Amino acid sequence: MQIEKNAVAGTLESSDAMVTVEPGTNGIELDISSSVMNQYGRQIKATVLETLGRLGVTEGRVTVVDKGALDCTLKARVECAVFRSCDKSAAGIPWGGVIK
Amino acid sequence: MIKRPKPERFRLRRTMMFMNAQKPGLIKDAYIYGCDSIMLDLEDAVAENQKDAARFSLYHALTTIDYGDTEVIVRINGLDTPHWQEDIRVCVAGGADGIRIAKCESAQDVKTVEAHVLAAEREFGVEEGRTLLMAALESPKGILNAYEICAASERMFGVAISGGDFRKCMQTKFDPSGIDMMVARGQMLIAARAAGIQCFDTVFTDLDDNEGFEAEVRQNKAMGFDGKSLINPKQIRLVHEIFAPTEKEVLQAEAMVSAFREAAAAGIGVFTVNGKMVDVAFIPGAERTLRLAKACGMYEGDLV
Repeated sequence: MQIEKNAVAGTLESSDAMVTVEPGTNGIELDISSSVMNQYGRQIKATVLETLGRLGVTEGRVTVVDKGALDCTLKARVECAVFRSCDKSAAGIPWGGVIK
Repeated sequence: MIKRPKPERFRLRRTMMFMNAQKPGLIKDAYIYGCDSIMLDLEDAVAENQKDAARFSLYHALTTIDYGDTEVIVRINGLDTPHWQEDIRVCVAGGADGIRIAKCESAQDVKTVEAHVLAAEREFGVEEGRTLLMAALESPKGILNAYEICAASERMFGVAISGGDFRKCMQTKFDPSGIDMMVARGQMLIAARAAGIQCFDTVFTDLDDNEGFEAEVRQNKAMGFDGKSLINPKQIRLVHEIFAPTEKEVLQAEAMVSAFREAAAAGIGVFTVNGKMVDVAFIPGAERTLRLAKACGMYEGDLV
């Protein structure tokens, strides 16, 4: 998938993360801030990159503001933001396919 | 990926707690509260522009979080919305134990959902028939059609009334005596029992009114409900306490069942236990008491 326009998913509540995706032409530009950066920064980065890779996203700016989200929440927010950027988030989601 | 065991159509469901599927802070550890079932909500708790995000969140919660013995039901959006079909796909793909049909008004509503559930089971390679259904009756029409709804599908395990919407339709409001919904509750209970499925009461929304809550739960038990929908973990314990049989009831039930089995083997139909007449008609109720007692940790025997 390609990031076609700006899109956001998630909130700044505790245990959540807000993920913003924007189109870009310079590979993946990832910006992470987290309330648990020292403990889990690398894990968060790995999960976000793995999720983007699974979706086939190779370019774009991705901003993650993490408030202590579990991996499953991070994945859900990244996926939702990417699907929203393509106007494909409402129906026909490949559950168990690229979403897993 | 967490593989949940095949759902049991009839199991203990004293407490069913609602949780917003869009809020990770709520759903990540919902199993710790000890309610029998959790109800992850895609409907009213989720804002209209977050329905998509809630599904992604739900899918990963269902496939990642081990809810253990807690049953996981999902409340989907009504059949009059653009959301319910994708809701069904994500529930089935994620392996939810059951789906709660909101604003159910007819057997046809159940059959419509059932057809889409079956299609989703085929699409995602889930065992056909695995996903259970329950219906929420929220309107006068739903109550009038309660029996056909309860009997509409082999997947149906229960039916619940939704007080907020029902009172709105009836132009009435909450009354501590329960008079505002007495007939509706009664009709729904009769329909559920006639169809052989379970029956659940609505939520009690005033979290500060403990006496009112207790009175309502006692009335629920007296009327014959199997359980109650809840909105807060602090409501769980009281419901479990009230729905538990008393020690005296457990002893009497144990005596009745064991005496009945001995008497039946000896060719005796009717007899007395502790001065009370007992025949075959009393036995299913006594066995049910023992099963409930076992679930509550009050009975460790082997009669059930």
